[in-house]
Amino acid sequence: MSSERTLTVARAGREAVMWEMQNDPSVFMLGEDVFAFGGVFGTADGLGEMFGPDRILDTPISETGFIGLATGAAMAGMRPIVELAFVDFIGVCYNAIVNLAAKHYYLSNGQVKVPMVLMLGSGGGYNNGAQHSQSLLASLAHMPGSVVVTPSNAYDAKGLMHSAIRSDDFVIYSGQKKVAGVGMLGTPIKTSMSVVPDEPYTIPFGVANIVQEGTDLTMVGVSWTVHQCIEAAERLQSEHNISVEIIDPRTVVPLDRDAIFDSVKKTGKLLVADEDYQSFGFTGEVIASVVERDPSVLSCAPVRVANPDLNIPYSRPMELRVLPTADRIVEESKKMLGL
Amino acid sequence: MKPTAAQRKAMYSDIVRSREFDDRVLELYFADKMPVFDLAKGVIPGEIHSSHGQEPCAAGTMPHLTLEDTITSNHRPHHHAICRGLDLNKLAAELMGKKTGYCAGKGGHMHIYSVEHKFSCSGIIAEGMGPAAGVALANKMREQDGIAVSYMGEAAANQGAFHEVMNMAGVYTLPYICIIEDNNWGVSVSKKASTAIERNSERAASYGVYGEYVEDNDCDLIFEAMSRCVDRARSGQGASILEIQTYRLKGHMHGDQMAYVPEEEVAAMKDCVIEYRNKLISEGVLTEKEAEEIVSQQKSEVDAAIQFGLDSPYPDPEDAFQNTYAGVSK
Repeated sequence: MSSERTLTVARAGREAVMWEMQNDPSVFMLGEDVFAFGGVFGTADGLGEMFGPDRILDTPISETGFIGLATGAAMAGMRPIVELAFVDFIGVCYNAIVNLAAKHYYLSNGQVKVPMVLMLGSGGGYNNGAQHSQSLLASLAHMPGSVVVTPSNAYDAKGLMHSAIRSDDFVIYSGQKKVAGVGMLGTPIKTSMSVVPDEPYTIPFGVANIVQEGTDLTMVGVSWTVHQCIEAAERLQSEHNISVEIIDPRTVVPLDRDAIFDSVKKTGKLLVADEDYQSFGFTGEVIASVVERDPSVLSCAPVRVANPDLNIPYSRPMELRVLPTADRIVEESKKMLGL
Repeated sequence: MKPTAAQRKAMYSDIVRSREFDDRVLELYFADKMPVFDLAKGVIPGEIHSSHGQEPCAAGTMPHLTLEDTITSNHRPHHHAICRGLDLNKLAAELMGKKTGYCAGKGGHMHIYSVEHKFSCSGIIAEGMGPAAGVALANKMREQDGIAVSYMGEAAANQGAFHEVMNMAGVYTLPYICIIEDNNWGVSVSKKASTAIERNSERAASYGVYGEYVEDNDCDLIFEAMSRCVDRARSGQGASILEIQTYRLKGHMHGDQMAYVPEEEVAAMKDCVIEYRNKLISEGVLTEKEAEEIVSQQKSEVDAAIQFGLDSPYPDPEDAFQNTYAGVSK
């Protein structure tokens, strides 16, 4: 019907929320600054006006309280969407996430479902300091019982949000703030914008997207680092004629280990980029999932480009040094390829 | 509202049932953990927090709740589960980690769930409050009947979740009741040493909700106080904090010798089962014979339940892989 629309990640995710709320009275949103403010990163922009304060419910700054309440509402058959502006705040509600929302289904042996979505804003790169810039992906993905979704572009953001809201599982929807494309964070990343169909559609959990095909090197990134990989791949292609295959798992739990393995089998080389602290994290997990299956598919040692286990410094040059930027990815790739 | 004679007999029967169950569990618990005490050993392993002494907190409150209402319990859940009417067989089996238990052995003593009874537990202090208030919120949003009640100890009122959830219960005027069983001890720390005020029910003023303290561990007084809280919740007047003075007769968990409890306090502890029996008999509500019949009836049901648990098979180890996710495989 209408012409093609190119949306930001935040707009696309919000569109899915809006559709689900219009079509399912059990869906509602609660969290900090959702009603009048529309969510700190635009996730609920305009929804307050559309659905009113009873379905776009502002909460006190009581994260353990409102995640606990959302868990109960979900147990009672509602489908709450919880907004937690910064993933850094999970420190004050980790119990409600891992001991309540993520455990009820298992402990009850499947009697009690928790169909709830927890939206989190993650990531740095805009000089917001160590307590408002973390990724903390591993801290979310490590615990069994939650699905962890990490969209890198608008098309996936919408489809994954529909899937998340309709899922009978507890879904953590980790949105990288710079990928969201909201006004206060400058110009949206071009590759994060996509043509988004008007109609609703779902994207299955655990199915990776092959962002681009290639033959010389496999890069695996999530959310913001997907775009760093894209930029690095362009430079490697134009400057060194290197063909890079980029895999975006889209959901880290469940993780599409097959797609990653198949790609590495083809290219023989693996670089994993992640904004989280390096040790005990996503990068190691991806590498392990290849190596434990068949180490012989690798022609050289795999490489990780992540936060080098440092708290995130405020000052621009220092923060840029710890982020897994395209520059670092290019540099590490060249070392790998002997360039 | 005062309880009728029939309701009083039923409450007596409930506290007896809970006590008989806990007595049998206690007996079994220690029978096969000797000569060296080892939590991991025996037919009932792990920690057991028995309800000895606290039974009226459940027996006096549950008669006001219907199957429309939701209950969240804590790490000490036996009296709540039993007075809610959960099946003794499945309860006993769950404590033994058997396949026939409520959660097929995935939960254990601190994690008992029964969907038909709208009953769940959390072993983390005060963290049953959020889910209970959340059910209350859901019911209110859908304009459905049904209130929600969480049970916890007095030390749980010092958790952050207590403040956060009670405040939200006040802000949203939720049909929710927070029941605090004041046994005076948070493991080994007394209420006086941990809590700045004497009664947590007074904290209700901070949240704009109703608060009441019941000064005796008596089914009738608890029943009456609960009726006021439930009336408020059902008529849209919002949340309550109901704190009850009770006694923890067997320590924090089995094996706790309570060396830290002053002798005079131990001596002053009243056994609610005996007290209530005597009260009902002296008031002519119950005869000695009826009381004996209730005890023997409950004893035989408990014995049968324990036997059911003992006779039940363990789950297949591979069952551990089931039910991490409802819809996602992996």
